[in-house]
Amino acid sequence: MRAVDDVSITVREREFVALLGSSGSGKSTLLNLLAGLDRPTSGAIYAHDKDLADMDSRQLAHHRSHTVGMVFQAFNLLPRMTLEENVELPLRLAEVDRAERPARVREAVERVKLTARLTHRPSELSGGEQQRASLARALVNRPTILLADEPTGNLDSVTGDTIMRLLQEINQLLQMTIVMVTHDRPRAEKFAQRIILMGDGKLISDGVGMTA
Amino acid sequence: MKLRDLTELAGRNLREALLRNSLTTLGIAVGVASLVAMTSLGVGLQEMASSRLAKSGLFDAVFVVSQANQRRFGGPRRDDSTPKGPSRRLDETARQDLAKLPNVTEVYPEMRFQTEIQYDGKPYGTTAAGIVQSAQADGAFDNMKGTFFSSGSAREAILQVELAKDLSKDPDSLIGKDVILRYAEKQPIPSQPAARLNGKGAASDASEDNEFGPSGGDGLSAGFSIVPREMTLHIIGIVETEPAAGFGGLGRGRLLIPMETAQKLRASQPGDMRELLRGLNGKPVYETLTVRVKSPTNVKSVEDSIKSMGFGTFSIIDATKNIQLFFQVFDSLLFIFGSLALTVACLGIINTLAMAILERRREIGVLKALGAQDSDVRKLFFAEAGVMGIVGGIFGVFFGWLIGRALTFGTNVYLTRQQLPTIDLSRVPWWMVLAAIAISFVVSLAAGIYPASRAAQLNPVEALRYE
Repeated sequence: MRAVDDVSITVREREFVALLGSSGSGKSTLLNLLAGLDRPTSGAIYAHDKDLADMDSRQLAHHRSHTVGMVFQAFNLLPRMTLEENVELPLRLAEVDRAERPARVREAVERVKLTARLTHRPSELSGGEQQRASLARALVNRPTILLADEPTGNLDSVTGDTIMRLLQEINQLLQMTIVMVTHDRPRAEKFAQRIILMGDGKLISDGVGMTA
Repeated sequence: MKLRDLTELAGRNLREALLRNSLTTLGIAVGVASLVAMTSLGVGLQEMASSRLAKSGLFDAVFVVSQANQRRFGGPRRDDSTPKGPSRRLDETARQDLAKLPNVTEVYPEMRFQTEIQYDGKPYGTTAAGIVQSAQADGAFDNMKGTFFSSGSAREAILQVELAKDLSKDPDSLIGKDVILRYAEKQPIPSQPAARLNGKGAASDASEDNEFGPSGGDGLSAGFSIVPREMTLHIIGIVETEPAAGFGGLGRGRLLIPMETAQKLRASQPGDMRELLRGLNGKPVYETLTVRVKSPTNVKSVEDSIKSMGFGTFSIIDATKNIQLFFQVFDSLLFIFGSLALTVACLGIINTLAMAILERRREIGVLKALGAQDSDVRKLFFAEAGVMGIVGGIFGVFFGWLIGRALTFGTNVYLTRQQLPTIDLSRVPWWMVLAAIAISFVVSLAAGIYPASRAAQLNPVEALRYE
């Protein structure tokens, strides 16, 4: 069993990278390592010149809170909270001043065009809306890197395109680096600047997307 | 995460699983209630006992005897009861000196004498006792029928209920009626040559050998004669229990009269013959004097001062130490029994939080993915346990108080049926309220240690995969 084995990738700032590969190729594990959710047993992962492998759990938590934002295939919104509260959650964890929070939440929610749904709970939102809410939650702490794990995996093609356009907009307007794991090669080629293909824990190909 | 955010999130989590968390909190409340009920019972009983003892008038009193009389009493003896100074006569001068001591509120003699009373034309033998006005605060007069003496010199009497029952089948009907007191009055005999009284040299020998020093020569009296007297007293009250007997076990009074009235009677007392043989020449000498002090804490210092004046003393203050020890053990046992229920409640907290970890595994993963530190997750679970502890503690104190009230009510219903005075069985002072809530909080936090640590150590990747 190998969860990623021999991969060496450099992602430049403001790049939109799609990690493609079959199931078990190690792409999600690689994303978790980039997010600081998992630690490598060997090797190094640098984010802004800091090796995540050398960080303790407190530093990794800071990395997850301030450097990266995460979007999941299953959205992972907390069902008991409204959209507004879900988006505010990272601000609570980052100990952002309470007075500053409403404006930050509004800004993130406006970015994903969900202002009208602020008081709704996840169960009252469509799949696309939930993913946009998840995106707003990832953006609210103004990270420099956005990590997306199969963001369109649970969505229909039209909604999936909407999410992809949103990611593209974020990448271009906010100058945010995006690393996206996906199975969907056509969509990756359509929206990402760079396509990295993985297989069995190794880098198979590293090429440019159609937008590059 | 800041405390306010932590508390808000904990409160939200607790509200979500309302039924389960309410039941867990109720479990804590029952545990705390049992603890509070048990402890309040202990405190209530202790306060009741202390109050009764304080009201007995024994704990703020020092009983003073002359050195000569000290050996005669069969009461408790202590090595330190020996007078520290030269022995003195317990007379009016001594009484005034004792009254001047710091923290002394009152000094009065023990007035108790055998008498015969006449009521409805029939004679009844009994013991009369002089009662000071301050004795009104004593527990013996708490539930008396009628009223206390209108003044220290009133010609009034309070009957002990047993005597009242002897006088009438309907004791209450005696209040407002008169009774005739027949007693033996001492009348001084003018001074005479010693030979005429005691034979050659007898009086002078007795005087010279007397420990109080030489007597005679003052021309006051060489002895006394006994004259029968009568006085009509108005019955104003009836008491259940006899007031404190004082010192020496001389017996208690069943006919109680004001102290000044009793002293003016100059009634013959049991020690008169002995004092006569000591050649005290008719000067009033007291068998014992009771010295009242401001509070039981003053007893020791006053006792020491009195000893240095040359008198023997006795106080009952030492007995309270044993009583306190008893109640400390008693309270500890009640606390332990009460704590058992709280221990069970702790298991409930552990179970609830452990279940919460299973249910919220994915949520913990999300929190960590969003930047929560292990300590944030740990604190969140601690906060939930703490909130349950505080809420359970508050309700527990209330329930405990209710249990105490119910016990008091039930006991008082029984006591009332038995025609006994009611009591306050349980007491919940402020310190107990605060301590119970604090204990509940701390114990709940302790119960949360294991679940909180488990939650904090969850691997976020595994937690996010959890369905």
